[in-house]
Amino acid sequence: MVVQFASTILAAAGLTLLLAIGALVLASALGLALAGARLSGRRWLAGLAVAFTFVIRGIPDLVMMLLAFYSLPALINQLLERAGIDLYVDFSPFAAGTVTLGILFSAYMSETFRSALGNIPAGQIEAAQALGLHPLRIFLRITLPQMALLALPGFTNNWLVLVKATALVSLIGLQDVMFRAKAAAEATGQPFTYYLVAAGFYLLVTLGSTWALARLGRRLDPARTGARA
Amino acid sequence: MTEKLRAEGIRKSYGTHEVLRGVSLTAGAGDVISLIGSSGSGKSTLLRCLNLLERPDAGRILLEGEALALARQRDGRLGAADPKQLRRMRARLSMVFQDFCLWSHMTILHNLTEAPRQVLGKSRAEAEDLARRTLAKVGLPETVLNRHPGQLSGGQQQRVAIARALCMEPEVMLFDEPTSALDPERVAEVLKVMQALAEEGRTMIVVTHEMGFARHASTRVVFLEEGRIGAEGPPEDIFTRTENPRLQRFLAGRLQP
Ligand SMILES: Nc1ncnc2c1ncn2[C@@H]1O[C@H](COP(=O)(O)OP(=O)(O)O)[C@@H](O)[C@H]1O
Ligand SMILES: [Mg+2]
Repeated sequence: MVVQFASTILAAAGLTLLLAIGALVLASALGLALAGARLSGRRWLAGLAVAFTFVIRGIPDLVMMLLAFYSLPALINQLLERAGIDLYVDFSPFAAGTVTLGILFSAYMSETFRSALGNIPAGQIEAAQALGLHPLRIFLRITLPQMALLALPGFTNNWLVLVKATALVSLIGLQDVMFRAKAAAEATGQPFTYYLVAAGFYLLVTLGSTWALARLGRRLDPARTGARA
Repeated sequence: MTEKLRAEGIRKSYGTHEVLRGVSLTAGAGDVISLIGSSGSGKSTLLRCLNLLERPDAGRILLEGEALALARQRDGRLGAADPKQLRRMRARLSMVFQDFCLWSHMTILHNLTEAPRQVLGKSRAEAEDLARRTLAKVGLPETVLNRHPGQLSGGQQQRVAIARALCMEPEVMLFDEPTSALDPERVAEVLKVMQALAEEGRTMIVVTHEMGFARHASTRVVFLEEGRIGAEGPPEDIFTRTENPRLQRFLAGRLQP
């Protein structure tokens, strides 16, 4: 029986990972855009990004999740009804979870990217400009890879926190690892066993990704020693 | 003598500090101009205005008679009116920096082939062949091609940076204190390469504190003081016959350290 329940829990591993990866992609894209906005030199754009980041970081994850899943659709439906549009909006827990986590972590990612961008040696960009390279090419060939290397430690950290934060999505009904662990715990009266299975899963994911990202870091590091200039 | 690069009336201020107060400079084909002057006199700023890494407040820049189109920008500085033209001109004016500024995440080979392929449109084979030949020219073995900048000594990195500039087959080369960041025992290897380039008849503008180079390798020396040209002429005149007291004082401090 233990095996059966445990395998039900782990069967949701794919779902949890998919959620985490989806949110990561969204958070990275949005985070990059936010970092770009803050470094754009346009006051209003930078101000908007700062305000957005500030608000996001000021609201607890759980509150945001509940707002996105319950309050946002209710608000939209009310507006639709008032506008006389015959449409009923409903978010799936997966979509609501992915988007909420993505937005939430975009704030952290933008900080990581911003500091990485700020630490790229300015001379390397100037050298590229001085040779007549196109700005887009400079971004892709110099800025982005340098930023990736500098951002990797912060990125890894954000990812680990994100993986663990996916457990919150069980509270809006997504049948992820956490949801099933809770169900198994309640059905069998053995909370310790099944929460341990869940804990083991999250630990395994964080261990695996720490290892993989450290490996990536070594591959990205030019001299494998930490080159200067 | 055909004119390569001409700058006219370059002015630049930072806040109330007037760093360049109308500097004009012409480099003819084969000229090797040493820009000397005490630290803070505006040498780097002038050099960086020539390829618009710094935007001047006033002035004109012409490469082989073609004027770089400048437009007044919102902050009052002059920027490129046509980014394409700027890139085209920069490709013909390659620059070597004090702290090398090699791309640390790329191999030496890619440092040397990136701009020739992207900017000059050379094929991979052409660019790699050029990289190998140029590397030999700066006295480095082919084995460094698949290394990264961080694995080389400062002198080797600067020679790679010179090779990177040479691979653009530029009309004019700009150097900003190319030996100042090097350990003393590495200075000679870089100066030797630059000397060879000068002897080849390349057009060079070199900001330098190496008075030996200024005196023996350049065709003309320009002394910058407080944002103006204080003296200029052939090295012999500058080093032995100057009547400018500030230049005399500068040289006295440099020649007998
Ligand atoms: N980005 C900048 N902002 C403010 N002042 C600057 C800046 N760059 C240079 N300066 C000032 O301009 C003057 C000339 O600098 P620079 O051209 O680097 O001199 P040099 O290369 O001859 O030592 C110095 O007083 C320096 O402090
Ligand atoms: Mg300088």
